[in-house]
Amino acid sequence: MEQSIQPLENYIPIFLVLGFAAVFALAVIFSSKLFGPSRPNKVKLSPYESGKDPIGSIKERVSIKYYLVAMLFIIFDIEVIFVYPWGVQFKQLFGEFGIIAFLPMLWFLIVLELGFLYIYKKGGLKWD
Amino acid sequence: MPQNSQEILLMLPHVVIGVGIVISLLIEMYSKKSETILPWISLFVFVFAGVHSIINISANQILFGGMLEVGGKPAIFNFIFNIGAALLILNSIDYIKKYESNHGEYYILIQSAILGMMVMAGSKDIFMIFIGLELMSIAFYVLAGINKKKSSSNEAALKYFLLGAFATGFIVYGIALIYGVSSTTSVDSIIQNFSTFTQNILFIVGLLLFIIGFSFKIAAFPFHMWVPDVYQGSATTVTGLMSTTGKTAAFSVLLIILSASLINYNIDIFAPYFAVIATLSMLYGSIVAIAQKNLKRMLAYSSISHAGYMAIGLAAANSEAFSGIIFYLAAYTFMNIGAFGIISIIEKQNDANTDLTAYAGLASKSPILAAFMSLFMFALAGIPPLAGFFGKYYVFISAIEADLTWLAVVGVFSSVISVYFYLRLVVYMYFKESEKDIDLHIDKYSLLSVVVSGILVIYFGISPDSLLNLILSVVN
Repeated sequence: MEQSIQPLENYIPIFLVLGFAAVFALAVIFSSKLFGPSRPNKVKLSPYESGKDPIGSIKERVSIKYYLVAMLFIIFDIEVIFVYPWGVQFKQLFGEFGIIAFLPMLWFLIVLELGFLYIYKKGGLKWD
Repeated sequence: MPQNSQEILLMLPHVVIGVGIVISLLIEMYSKKSETILPWISLFVFVFAGVHSIINISANQILFGGMLEVGGKPAIFNFIFNIGAALLILNSIDYIKKYESNHGEYYILIQSAILGMMVMAGSKDIFMIFIGLELMSIAFYVLAGINKKKSSSNEAALKYFLLGAFATGFIVYGIALIYGVSSTTSVDSIIQNFSTFTQNILFIVGLLLFIIGFSFKIAAFPFHMWVPDVYQGSATTVTGLMSTTGKTAAFSVLLIILSASLINYNIDIFAPYFAVIATLSMLYGSIVAIAQKNLKRMLAYSSISHAGYMAIGLAAANSEAFSGIIFYLAAYTFMNIGAFGIISIIEKQNDANTDLTAYAGLASKSPILAAFMSLFMFALAGIPPLAGFFGKYYVFISAIEADLTWLAVVGVFSSVISVYFYLRLVVYMYFKESEKDIDLHIDKYSLLSVVVSGILVIYFGISPDSLLNLILSVVN
C-alpha cells in the first residue's frame, strides 16, 4: 500500500448524506404516527385483497430454493475468480505464448460449463 | 505447463482419470444405459493409471514448477489407490444395483475421489495437498449418502460431512500458521529449513493442527468418533473405499512430516504425540471391536486399531518405518477391500445380513466365500504368512530400532486381543449352524474382485520382498 492515506475529513459529506437520510426516514415514519389521526376499525385493519375477504393466514411461506441459487452462484463465482486475473494478463500472455494462452482457459470453461449442463440435464434447475 | 511430451507421458494417470471424469459425465447425461457403460470406463481408467504408475516408477520428476511429483513414492501410492479402486468397481457392478437411485454418478464420484488422492500423494505444495484433500473428501461425503432412501446412510453422510469439515478447519488453520512462519508453501523448502522453523512455537502449533486434522482422516483414537457410524451407514463398497484408499491418502501426507524429521536428524518433536495416539488407537480399536455384533462396525473398530499400528511407524520416524508404513498400507488396502467385497456379496439381498449371525454356517453354503473371508481375517489379525503379518512386522521392527520397544510390545499385545474377534467370525462360519436362510447370489465380477484381492494378500505374504524392494527403491 503505497498511496497516502486520505484524512477522514474528506468523508464528511458522505457522513452528512447518511445522517440526513437516516433522520429523514425516521422522521417520515414517526411524524405520521405523531400527527395523524388514529381511528382503527375492523375493515381498516384487515389486509387489502381487492375488497375480498382474506383467505388464510398472511404468514404464508414461499420456498425460494435458495440452495439452487447458491450452488449456481458458486459455479459462476469460481469461474469469475479464475477468468479475472487471466483476462487482466491476457495481452501479455498472448504476446508470450500466442494462441496457446487461450486454450487452457477454454478447456477450463468447457469443463466448468459441463458441470452446469449436468445440473440442467439432471433436472436440478426445476423449481418445483 | 508440461514442457515436453515426456512430461505429459509421466502425468498420464492424472490426465486419463481427469478425461475419464469428463467422458463419464457426458455419458451419464446423454445415455440411457449409463449404468452399464460407466463401470467399464472407470475400470479401464483405474487399471490403466495403476499399471502406468507402477511401470514408470523409476521416472521420478516434479512437474508444474514444483507442484506435483510423479513417479517414485507417489507412483506406489497411485498403484495402491487405482488397483484398490478397480477391485471395488468390480465389486460395485452388482452391488450398487441394489439402490434404485441413478447410480451412474457413483462411478464419477469414485473417479474424482481417486484423482484427489493421487494429487494428495504427489503434492509438493501445501495447497496441492489441500486441493487433493478437498477433492477426495467432498466426493466421499456424497458417496457416503449415495443410498438416499436409507436413513442410516443419510446420517453417515451428514456426520462425515460435519466432522470432516471440522477436521479440514484444523488443517487450514495449521496451513495458515505454517505459512505465516515459513512464508512459503513449498513442501521441499519447508522440509529443508525444518530445523530453523521448529525454533518458532507457532510453526509447531501449526504443524500440530495440521497433523490433528489428518488424524481425523486416518481415524486415529481421540478423533475416531465418526468412524463406526459412517462405516456402518454407508454403502459397503463405499466403506471399503473410505477405509482403505482414504486412509492411505491421509498417510501419504503424514509421511511428508516423517520425511521432514528423517532429513533433519534428531528432530522428532511429534514422536510422543504419535506414540500416544498409536497406543490409544490400537487398544481402543481392538477392545471395543470385541463387543461388536455387526461386521461392518467391527471392521470400523479394526480400522481404528490398524491406524494405530501404522502410527507406531510415524512415532519411530526412521527409514524402516517409512517403507514399513507403505507396505502396511498396501497390505491393509487389499485385505480390507477383499473383506468388504465379501460383506457386500452377503449383504446384497438384505441389509440386515451384516450381522455376525448371518455368517453362521457360511462354510457349508459357499465354501469359497468362507475360505476367502477366513483368509482376509487371518491377514487382518496378522497371522503369517499373509500380507498383514509382514506389515505389522516391519512396523514393529522400526519401533524397536528407534528404542520404542514398549510400543512394539503394546502392538503385539493389541494384535493378540484382535485375534479374538477376527477368529470369532471364522468360528461362526465353520462351526455354527445356520440360523437364517440366506439367499446367496454370487456375482462373477464380485467373486473375481475377491479372488484377486486374496491372491495379492497371499502373494505379498509369501514374497514380501517383491513389494518391499520396490518401496525401498523409491524411498532412498
